[in-house]
Amino acid sequence: MKLKGWKEMTPGATILEPGSSANFKTGSWRAAKPRWIKENCIQCLFCWLYCPDMAVKVKDSKREDFDYDYCKGCGICALECPGKKGNKAIIMEEEGK
Amino acid sequence: MGKIVAVTGNEAVANALRQINPDVCAAYPITPQTDLMQRFSSFASDGLVDTEMILVESEHSALSACIGASAAGGRAVTATAGPGLALMWEVLFVASGMRLPILMPVVNRSLSAPLNIHGDHSDAMGARDSGWIQLWSENAQEAYDNTVQALNIAEDMDIRLPIMVCMDGFIISHSIERVEYLDDDVVKNFVGEYKPLNPLLDIKHPKSIGPLILPDAYMEYKRMQHEAMSKVKDIVLKTADAFAQISGRKYGLFEAYRLDDAEVGIVILNSAAGTTKDVVDSFREKGIKAGLLKPRLFRPFPYEEVGEALKDLKAICVLDRADSFGAFAPLYVEIAASLYTYKTKPILINKVYGLGGRDYMPEHAEIVLNELVEIVKTGKVKNYKDYIGVRE
Repeated sequence: MKLKGWKEMTPGATILEPGSSANFKTGSWRAAKPRWIKENCIQCLFCWLYCPDMAVKVKDSKREDFDYDYCKGCGICALECPGKKGNKAIIMEEEGK
Repeated sequence: MGKIVAVTGNEAVANALRQINPDVCAAYPITPQTDLMQRFSSFASDGLVDTEMILVESEHSALSACIGASAAGGRAVTATAGPGLALMWEVLFVASGMRLPILMPVVNRSLSAPLNIHGDHSDAMGARDSGWIQLWSENAQEAYDNTVQALNIAEDMDIRLPIMVCMDGFIISHSIERVEYLDDDVVKNFVGEYKPLNPLLDIKHPKSIGPLILPDAYMEYKRMQHEAMSKVKDIVLKTADAFAQISGRKYGLFEAYRLDDAEVGIVILNSAAGTTKDVVDSFREKGIKAGLLKPRLFRPFPYEEVGEALKDLKAICVLDRADSFGAFAPLYVEIAASLYTYKTKPILINKVYGLGGRDYMPEHAEIVLNELVEIVKTGKVKNYKDYIGVRE
């Protein structure tokens, strides 16, 4: 992507496009990656509730897979996940493996 | 027709603010500005202005509230002095970086320690690199006139930068002088309706202000600020022309007093220029070609024009009412930079005077001019930086 020169920028760094933070893919910061194990998921949506970003996708009140564009790999979802009968539905794995 | 009155500098500037009738004023009292904002808040209490007056707990908050009001889309003003301006320091850069045309009269006062409430320029000189436009005023009339002109400069769509109007604490802020006021309608028409740029309250176009900007873009925004500043000079002159039409009073980037054929000269800001002009006259009567240059626009600094006005003199003393300990004082540095590009240039010396409200007397100007005459005669300089009016 070609970066803008100073003549093309908005005075005072005001951002005129709403929701432009979606363009900033913070998932690239991730060092550890959560993996969703569907068969252990009881659909409690704790992961969605606790996620400090919006990296847990939900459709029709059902959990879907992670949005890795924005997941920074903080691990809060894996920590909070109650799983099913002691088996976690989210586990953290080293990124790149 | 305007009105001729006998008022203090603070009273004159408060009256200019009343005539401007800003949307928001957030202020905190500090000597010698207190009386200015007290008068303005009386106007607000008496219903003479439509201004939303916000009384805050510090100058840091005063300017922060102005930033919010200005970003929302309103015309915002405040005023401060000395340590109040120092406490605003962080926020000064926010106002200019966000390109908000806030108007702030600064009643120049010294900085502590030792604690001192009197007039000197340490406050505004400390803020010279904050990205604010600075207009300086010799007397109450100039402070009034500069305040009326300030917003036309700051709010120009090519500029959008905050502006300070400086006048000397006590010497001007608290002394009664003859001042010509313009009519309320005339000022109202001159200043005009406020046109916001990308206001937050334009809720049909949502936007974010004051974002985090990382190394990949920060420098571009700073370069833009320099560009905006470089356009100020022309707008100051255009505004001065329009102001002359309504007032009959002419302003430039600086005042050149008997400078055309001068051989020795003094460069000096604000109230002390008045005293110095009298002494220049008495030297002229003795047949000595003396002159004076009094900067009006200090930020951005008009290097080329000042250099052109001073280049043919033989010796110049820059008098500074602020110091930079272990270095030349701030005004001297600018004058030296203005003259640097010329092959032949005047001998340039620096004297610090009047700190903490110390009186600047005609004798001081005489000592300086006599020294310059001596320098021209002998070509020898004893001290490039020295102090006047200080006890050994």
